[in-house]
Amino acid sequence: MAQPSEHILGADQMGKLIEALVRKGYEVIGPTLRDGAIVYDKVESVGDLPAGWTDEQDPGRYRLKRRDDDALFGYAVGPQSWKKYLHPAEVRLWSAERQGGTFRILNNEAKPERPHAFLGSRACELAAIAVQDRVLLEDKYRDPIYDQRRQGAFIIAVQCTQAAATCFCASMGTGPQVSAGFDLVLTELLGSKGHRFVVATGSDRGAEILAELEVVPATEKDRQEAGARVEAAAHQQVRSLDTTGIKELLYQNFEHPRWDNVASRCLTCANCTMVCPTCFCTSVEDVTDITGDHAERWRRWDSCFTQSFSYIHGGSVRTSAKARYRQWMTHKLASWIDQFGSSGCVGCGRCITWCPVGIDITEEVRAIREGGKNGNP
Amino acid sequence: MIMATAITTDPMLPQPYSVREVAKETPDTFTLRLEPENAVNKSMFQPGQFSMLWVFGVGELPISISGDPALQDRLLYTVRSVGQATHALVNRGVGDGVGVRGPFGTGWPLEAARGRDVIVVAGGIGLAPLRPLIYQVLRNRKDYGRLVILYGGRSPRDLLYRKELAAWARHRETQVLVTVDYGGLNWRGHVGVVTTLFKYSRLQPARSVAMICGPEIMMRFVTRELETLGLSRDDIYLSMERNMKCAVGFCGHCQYGPHFICKDGPVFRYPQIRNLLEKYEL
Amino acid sequence: METLERIIAEHPFFAGLDDSFVNLMVSCASNLRFKAGSYILREGDTANTFYLVREGKVAIEIRAPQRKPIIVSTLSVGEILGWSWLLSPFEWKFDARAADDVRAIALDGKCLRTKCEENHDLGYEVLKRFARIMEERLEATRLQLLDLYAVK
Repeated sequence: MAQPSEHILGADQMGKLIEALVRKGYEVIGPTLRDGAIVYDKVESVGDLPAGWTDEQDPGRYRLKRRDDDALFGYAVGPQSWKKYLHPAEVRLWSAERQGGTFRILNNEAKPERPHAFLGSRACELAAIAVQDRVLLEDKYRDPIYDQRRQGAFIIAVQCTQAAATCFCASMGTGPQVSAGFDLVLTELLGSKGHRFVVATGSDRGAEILAELEVVPATEKDRQEAGARVEAAAHQQVRSLDTTGIKELLYQNFEHPRWDNVASRCLTCANCTMVCPTCFCTSVEDVTDITGDHAERWRRWDSCFTQSFSYIHGGSVRTSAKARYRQWMTHKLASWIDQFGSSGCVGCGRCITWCPVGIDITEEVRAIREGGKNGNP
Repeated sequence: MIMATAITTDPMLPQPYSVREVAKETPDTFTLRLEPENAVNKSMFQPGQFSMLWVFGVGELPISISGDPALQDRLLYTVRSVGQATHALVNRGVGDGVGVRGPFGTGWPLEAARGRDVIVVAGGIGLAPLRPLIYQVLRNRKDYGRLVILYGGRSPRDLLYRKELAAWARHRETQVLVTVDYGGLNWRGHVGVVTTLFKYSRLQPARSVAMICGPEIMMRFVTRELETLGLSRDDIYLSMERNMKCAVGFCGHCQYGPHFICKDGPVFRYPQIRNLLEKYEL
Repeated sequence: METLERIIAEHPFFAGLDDSFVNLMVSCASNLRFKAGSYILREGDTANTFYLVREGKVAIEIRAPQRKPIIVSTLSVGEILGWSWLLSPFEWKFDARAADDVRAIALDGKCLRTKCEENHDLGYEVLKRFARIMEERLEATRLQLLDLYAVK
């Protein structure tokens, strides 16, 4: 594949980029400041972006901090991912009306919505989208809701130039370098040459948008500076997950005492599954109106951490916190490989940050790996 | 909308079917005969597959298809009333609508069983997903060797398809053995768990393929017994069950180890799940 | 038409036991018939005989006041009925009734247990075989207790 040619986009052009996307019919979604975090929401102008803000993340801790520059993308990842838009938390699948003793399905066409432009996708997030593509589009059945939203989504990726303390994408092989799956990719540079972005296209529609902006070709120095900043982000990572033989490791350690150890800490609050960009479990709920003549089926996010997730008549199969935590971690890191040909984890670190008790998946793997045969936790 | 297989319509939308008959099998179990409202649609399935049955405004349930696969104008489901949704289902009257999605899942290995003795071991309502297999074998009798049906129920009044069991026993090269856990007052048959029936069956392990369905504990012990008798693990098949919501591999609920029961099962070859059966809280 | 000798000699229970001993068992064995409904052994009676079922079904029962007897399990062709003759107080703990017409071989339990007392090697072999039968019955009974088919 030919190396996409790189250009320089001045930071003052960011507003024009947003406008160009809106003109093409996209609803731009990007990072915004809300509730003490950087969350993905509608972006109407550059002013909506978190200029000059960064995040400090640790197990069970997330704080926003002011930067000493005006970087627009100078943070790692917030609590949400693009999953919120591609695989929505709540969606109506279909509705039906009663007709005598029988029924008729209505509205079974997926409602056309304005396609989204995701401004600021990290490498880990692109990897997560690819993982969900495999689950929801490329297995036995195709999810029409995900399909429609995915096809319409315009992706403006952003190279990470710093890592949070909870990031471990480098060890998962999913980042911080963005390599594929984008329409446009930006690397933010600040310094003596001014606030600017190195931009490259990854598709025809990316090129179309770029054509509407004022850009100059990037120099070799620009390219090197961009590359160095991404490398710095990789080196900055303090956490890693050793995936060597991880499938066998987890399959064979079903009774490892470490599971009891983590179970004594895990609240089964399901935060990790909510923030994880690859978790896809949902549940369906059938509701009727008060007349009983109109029914709807809704699909909502669900979590394997709930008591009722594994319920069959007579009771739940996984009643203990131990069984549920083990199920989540084993699925994410091991079973996923058998099911979909890759790990389910992209190393974004959200589960570590947003766990109220700070359970660190990389540490849990290490403990199981290093605990001997007699299973020292 | 996306087609999963040529014979089904959209697997995510319930198709309107009508209840044509509700037959009481036991005090809490009923067999519903459903026919499509649009008579043009054929109702085809493989023995061992299941459908998602929807009662308007109540909910949806996975139920094994228990009818004859050769009759493509209808679908039969044997349902035990254990909760709100099954209660609503068995209380459907003739003419009421039921939404049907499917069929889903893997079926019993009829091809692998060709020319071999077929051992059917059923516990309780587990006989329901095995009945289509029995119909198929009896309909194509010369394609298979002996047919041995071992069936265990709780008590005589909880036994399914009693008249058919007697009729099946009359076929050539077919042995039917029935036992109950609790004999009750007038039962003259075997009393004891289904594993005790093996010693009365004329089983030739090398020629046999076994298909098992029932409570998980029962299946574990039956499998152990079959191995002791000399059957190869590759010739043993089980039908597994877990919580199911979507039946199309997206909701994640039915996972059993790395397997999705809705896509990779419910019928599994024993070696696929052998190391999972022993695991507690999997 | 199978002879007593062949049935006993070929039955798994007697396999591996000394020939002279098997012959002794054969010489003390007899063919019996029990009509459907009749009792083969009754709770409380002295236990000196055990049986090898050749045809029909035997119901192991417990009598209870105000109701018909409860069948806890059935035995059929090829199975051994009764082990109380081997362990003191040598009394039957249950009833065994022919559920249909039963043909069985009766074996001299008293003779066998006397021989076991005299010859402990033989005693060990016999106890091993009964331990196996009891293990199978116990396992089956435990499964029965689970009431697996009940609605929870």
